[in-house]
Amino acid sequence: MSEILLQIDGKEVKATEGMTILDAAKSAGIHIPTLCHHEKLEPYGGCRLCTVEIETRGRSRLVAGCLFPVQADLIVRTRTEEVDKLRKTIIELLMAHAPDSFELLALAEEYGADRNRFEKESSFCLLCGLCVRYCNEVKKKSAITFVDCGAERQINFIPEIAAQECWNCKECFPLCPTSYLQAAYFLTEALAFPRAKEVPAK
Amino acid sequence: MPRINSPAELEDLRKGILSHKAPDKPCIAICAGTNCLALGNQEVIRAFKEELKKQSLEDKVDIRATGCHGLCERGPNVLIYPQEVYYIEVSPEDVPEIIAETVLGKKVIDRLLYTDPDTGEKAVHQSDIPFYKKQTRMIINTNTMIDPKRIDDFLAIGGYSALSKALFEMTPEAVLDEIKKANLRGRGGGGFPAGLKWETARNAPGDQKYVIINGHEGEPGAFMDRAIFTGNPHNVLEGFIIGAYAIGASQGFIYTRHDMPQLKENIYTALAQAEEYGLLGDNILGSGFNFHIEVHFDVGIFVSGESSALMRSIEGKNPEPRPKYIRTSVSGIWDKPSNLNNVETWANVPQIINKGHEWYTSIGTERSKGTKLVSVSGHVNNTAVVEVPMGTTLREIVFDICGGLPNGKKLKAVHFGGAMGGSIPENLLDTPLDFDALSGLGATMGAGGMLVLDEDTSMVEMTRTLLDFLSKESCGKCVPCREGVRQMLKVYNRLCEGKGKPGDIELLEDLCDVSKKASLCSLGRTAYSPVASTLRFFREEYEEKIVQ
Ligand SMILES: Cc1cc2nc3c(=O)[nH]c(=O)nc-3n(C[C@H](O)[C@H](O)[C@H](O)COP(=O)(O)O)c2cc1C
Ligand code: SF4
Ligand code: FES
Ligand code: FES
Repeated sequence: MSEILLQIDGKEVKATEGMTILDAAKSAGIHIPTLCHHEKLEPYGGCRLCTVEIETRGRSRLVAGCLFPVQADLIVRTRTEEVDKLRKTIIELLMAHAPDSFELLALAEEYGADRNRFEKESSFCLLCGLCVRYCNEVKKKSAITFVDCGAERQINFIPEIAAQECWNCKECFPLCPTSYLQAAYFLTEALAFPRAKEVPAK
Repeated sequence: MPRINSPAELEDLRKGILSHKAPDKPCIAICAGTNCLALGNQEVIRAFKEELKKQSLEDKVDIRATGCHGLCERGPNVLIYPQEVYYIEVSPEDVPEIIAETVLGKKVIDRLLYTDPDTGEKAVHQSDIPFYKKQTRMIINTNTMIDPKRIDDFLAIGGYSALSKALFEMTPEAVLDEIKKANLRGRGGGGFPAGLKWETARNAPGDQKYVIINGHEGEPGAFMDRAIFTGNPHNVLEGFIIGAYAIGASQGFIYTRHDMPQLKENIYTALAQAEEYGLLGDNILGSGFNFHIEVHFDVGIFVSGESSALMRSIEGKNPEPRPKYIRTSVSGIWDKPSNLNNVETWANVPQIINKGHEWYTSIGTERSKGTKLVSVSGHVNNTAVVEVPMGTTLREIVFDICGGLPNGKKLKAVHFGGAMGGSIPENLLDTPLDFDALSGLGATMGAGGMLVLDEDTSMVEMTRTLLDFLSKESCGKCVPCREGVRQMLKVYNRLCEGKGKPGDIELLEDLCDVSKKASLCSLGRTAYSPVASTLRFFREEYEEKIVQ
């Protein structure tokens, strides 16, 4: 595998082909914040918190670090004023939905985000898709899906599958950056398969 | 009908078709486009058929149900060949008179003619009507000459001669070169050079390559793609097959609206006929080139017209855009090189191959060549599909061609390019139709939807409507777009209720910034355009709505 040399925040970093900027930064001990990224899952690019500035052939632009493949002579800046400001706004936008998420609170502290900047619409779900993708990609069960598009987007358990699969799995619970997932699950359970818990293991 | 196996056989067939067509034989071409359909053209067509039957004239007079003529507002429109007398707003009651007086008696019926509102003059021929006279119709002009369900009509006007030329007289490289030199820029949004995109797909590694027609046309206020595709599907297919040959693709996809029965029907009919004639499928025209086409229907959401989302949709997945750090021309459908172009882009190809790049580049501006179809709607006398050379000013389109605004109202702005486009104020109306000139004003060409707005329009409310659309029609995957637009919309709702707060404009500017810079796809990245352009040119309307 060919080795690639790039520069992240002024530091020479060695990477291999197929790595993303996020992978390369991680290997060099440089932290890029993420919310929708998970090692076991396909890169997704939903939260855009990992936005960084790159420079190629003298031209700079902003890209998602969790998706952008490394290339030779790439110059990456992970903490410019512009990048920080974008991250701050992204955090603020998410805090309108989940003002008490620990993960968001920690990020807000780091980026000076104001949890009350936007009008609250406490849906609690950040739509990072970690649960949906974990269930689909790792467990291959697809008990949770996205429904609707645009601003209406939500996650939903599919009761028929959830009743069969979820009661002894729940591996998605700790992935959720808010407490919404558990709530959504127990609501689905209460409404759709209240006695499922008593089903004995096969 | 036997297959055509060589260019010579194609020409023979064409001659045969023409020899059966007496040039003087009267033909009644009735618009069967979408807008005329809504205005009752079905009854008019039926009345013509019945009347001809009643008078036993079926063999002496041809009837043609055609695609959109352009002057949609005044439909149902009827064009009578060979004199080219043009009647507007025709009703079934007018039919016996038209046959007796005009078709048989060669006389003109005054009351059915177009009257110029300024001069009071009547226009007898299609070409006398200012609306048609002031356009350069190189693509849409064929609509009145053919019945989209009859391939013979298309062959009669020289159809598929460009394909024959490309396959037998040109190498794929030569075709590519011609398109590059013609500087054909994509008509679906970004104005990206088609030749370069074709070349990238052609040169991308891998034997299996795909080509796609983007016929989604989800842009609000845009209806020219369906006017072309419904009215003359073979023109689009011909360009498509030529493109496939140049790129080296043996498989093509048409991605189009699920909710337009007429469009669907005409596409299916055209595909079946082209295949039967050997213009599509294996060994096209005996050239050894194979090309197959599959039709896919959209899932009814605006973002599915975005290239990577569209390709996902063809794969059978959710139409969620994916980041284009690797271009779709290199890795598209099932990760194979996939070249996507808009309907109008493909429709331009046959004429470039037939007439050459020098002819093509003589039309238009320095960097935008050829003609552009624009669908004009809003506060305008003639809601219409217009085709003009690039470089025509917006003022000419609104006033000279589309007859200005109704009720003596003044024009405030035109909004160009749909929900991700921008508004151009009256004082800049002399801006030419040109990819770069428009984007310089923060208003992209988009697909070519032009909305005329009169003096009573609230630009803030207009922008609110567009954001509402975008907020519902995005995929909802990425935060800057989904949440950014949601919060912008909240500000707009406040402003429209008269509850604007100091700081709202700055908030909008911040939200524009984040969605523009950090969104995943072009929807989010350009959603700021209507906001930014109205803030730029109509800021005082915002300030008025903010309660201090
Ligand atoms: C949200 C969104 C919707 C789009 N919808 C359409 C569409 O309906 N038709 C179209 O031709 N292009 C549409 N586009 C542009 C396509 O992504 C693509 O650029 C275009 O089809 C390429 O063709 P062209 O190079 O011939 O213009 C859309 C883009 C975005 C971001
Ligand atoms: S910008 Fe909007 S439409 Fe595009 S990926 Fe993000 S949420 Fe989906
Ligand atoms: S971590 Fe990259 S977009 Fe979410
Ligand atoms: S639909 Fe008849 S003129 Fe456009």
